Amino acid sequence: MTTLLEMSGISKNFDGFQAITNLSLQIGEPELRAVIGPNGAGKTTFMDIITGKTKPDEGRILFGDDSRSLIGMSESEIASLGIGRKFQKPTVFEAQTVRENLAMALKNPRAVFSVLLYRKTSKGAERIEEIADEINLTDQLTRPAGELSHGQKQWLEIGMLLAQSPRLLLVDEPAAGMTAHEREHTTDILKKAAKTRAVIVVEHDMEFVRRLNCKVTVLHEGSVLAEGSLDHVTKNKTVVDVYLGRTDAGD
Amino acid sequence: MSQTPPPRKSFIVRNPSVLYFLAALALFTVFVAVMSEATGTGLISTSFVKTLGKTLCFCLIAIAMDVVWGYCGILSLGHFAFFGIGGYAIGMWLMYARTELIVAQSLAGQVIPPTQQEVTDAIGKQIFGVVGSSDFPAIWMFADSLFMQLAIVVLVPGLLALVFGWLAFRSRVTGVYLSILTQAMTLALALYLFQNDSGLRGNNGLSGLQNIPGFADSGQDVISLVFFLASAAALALGYVVFAWITDSKLGNIIQAIRDDESRVRFLGYHVESYKLFVFTITAIVAGIAGALYYPQAGIINPAEVAPIASIYLAVWVAIGGRGRLYGAVIGAALVSLLSSWFTGGGAPDIDLGFYKIQWVDWWLVLLGVTFALVTLFAPKGIGGLFDKLVRKS
Ligand SMILES: Nc1ncnc2c1ncn2[C@@H]1O[C@H](COP(=O)(O)OP(=O)(O)OP(=O)(O)O)[C@@H](O)[C@H]1O
Ligand SMILES: [Mg+2]
Repeated sequence: MTTLLEMSGISKNFDGFQAITNLSLQIGEPELRAVIGPNGAGKTTFMDIITGKTKPDEGRILFGDDSRSLIGMSESEIASLGIGRKFQKPTVFEAQTVRENLAMALKNPRAVFSVLLYRKTSKGAERIEEIADEINLTDQLTRPAGELSHGQKQWLEIGMLLAQSPRLLLVDEPAAGMTAHEREHTTDILKKAAKTRAVIVVEHDMEFVRRLNCKVTVLHEGSVLAEGSLDHVTKNKTVVDVYLGRTDAGD
Repeated sequence: MSQTPPPRKSFIVRNPSVLYFLAALALFTVFVAVMSEATGTGLISTSFVKTLGKTLCFCLIAIAMDVVWGYCGILSLGHFAFFGIGGYAIGMWLMYARTELIVAQSLAGQVIPPTQQEVTDAIGKQIFGVVGSSDFPAIWMFADSLFMQLAIVVLVPGLLALVFGWLAFRSRVTGVYLSILTQAMTLALALYLFQNDSGLRGNNGLSGLQNIPGFADSGQDVISLVFFLASAAALALGYVVFAWITDSKLGNIIQAIRDDESRVRFLGYHVESYKLFVFTITAIVAGIAGALYYPQAGIINPAEVAPIASIYLAVWVAIGGRGRLYGAVIGAALVSLLSSWFTGGGAPDIDLGFYKIQWVDWWLVLLGVTFALVTLFAPKGIGGLFDKLVRKS
């Protein structure tokens, strides 16, 4: 396992609110990593920073074999390097069909004129079928994405991630609003994806995280509180106080 | 996977509405041609042929507006600026070339043949006399060349859209701010043209554009029919091109940009380039539509690019139904024809006894109310209702 992403000393302040404080983290390739933490811990902001949506005040982010700095790159440049993202609130293009959604995500040239002149290939169509099978949406390919159930939209978004063939997948709360059965399938998709690439999953549901069976990073107030196996971090006294304690009381 | 992907169908099979549209347009064109004065039947007057030809130009700019707004989600309220620039560009040649012929005729009788300078001065005096000048401004330097002015019809709207769009999209100006910016653009153009020293005859504008140089012997009945046919051909071509663009994968991307622009960025697409492409190509089509429109209107003046014109354009497309090209055509044709019927005194005034509804004044109110009703109760416009009917049968 080689290092794919290295963040160090990242800080971000939103108008006086310190969302991320001196955050450092390393992800290997391939690796599956769960990131947990109470509401407002900075998990989504952490993904915003990697994907270029939010510019950090300090720190560096290096990605890939030649350790390219992601700081200052645009969202589309970062995405083109091979970093895909699923949002906390599922965002698929509701007016377009499942197939069109997947086709847009497929790894193909992204320049205006190549897209204008793009001709569908049988290879692309096969890949779409393959992904649709993996995310259980084979029967839904011709339906507008807006008609899917909440869980199916989450899967479609994961499918769009897979279609991009990224090296790093950032998945924000993939199991939110899913039935127990759907959750199980989602863990399978993520575990399979993580065999060949780096996958970071943010999730609140402990059962889900346990099933992922991977290294866990606990975020609290914008920095890493603990790291290790789920059993290891849940034994940590501070983690129990700030996170598990709070979840028992609140969520 | 056992299921093999369906074979790729051709563009026309996937978009039968394109064929229906072309067939309807062809029928309409033949009908008007047969009924026109030029063919001798004269059931449709020459002035009405012109009205219909102008309406086709409105339909052309309306489908451009539909692509930029209905498909890509950029509510441009400035596309009539490009339409006007197209009109001015062709108008300059029409005016110059015709004046040149007239001057040549009147000087032909002289004993001493006039020098080139005298001819140019005489043309200048004819054209710019109304603004108290006789010198040719620099922007008229290509006015004697039809080819150059036709190039300007395409290039100036294209370049203006490219520069304006680049500045606006790069700074991620979106939504209502972008709409206001486009209004400012067309307002600035109108204010510039209103000045007498703009070189384009201030508020007089360019006139006599219905007289095509070299065709003085052809009557307006023939000329109007030729322009009507040219407008129909341009609309057909524009429709096919836009249908092809919106059907391509780029069509998927621009609709995705309309629905969630930032999500498209995270898929790795450079959203600004896509917007710039759509904004520019629709501006060029708007310029071409204007170049076909004004020879039929006969006159262009700065009021044509006033901000309100572009707002009407958005209203046509909204009433016709965004995101479907035939919707834009229906909206533009219906609303602009009704508008000239109501404001031209065609609609009978309604006497309520205590108050007389004069449509010249009340048409705008009716249009506004219709617009509000459509927005509230039929957000997909007339085209959307049309879709429902077709699906049911
Ligand atoms: N753009 C912003 N401007 C101001 N404050 C922000 C911004 N984005 C995030 N924050 C704040 O930063 C903190 C961290 O937010 P973030 O969304 O990263 O939390 P999270 O760990 O994803 O929480 P949750 O589990 O609820 O999704 C929150 O207090 C939030 O209000
Ligand atoms: Mg979050």
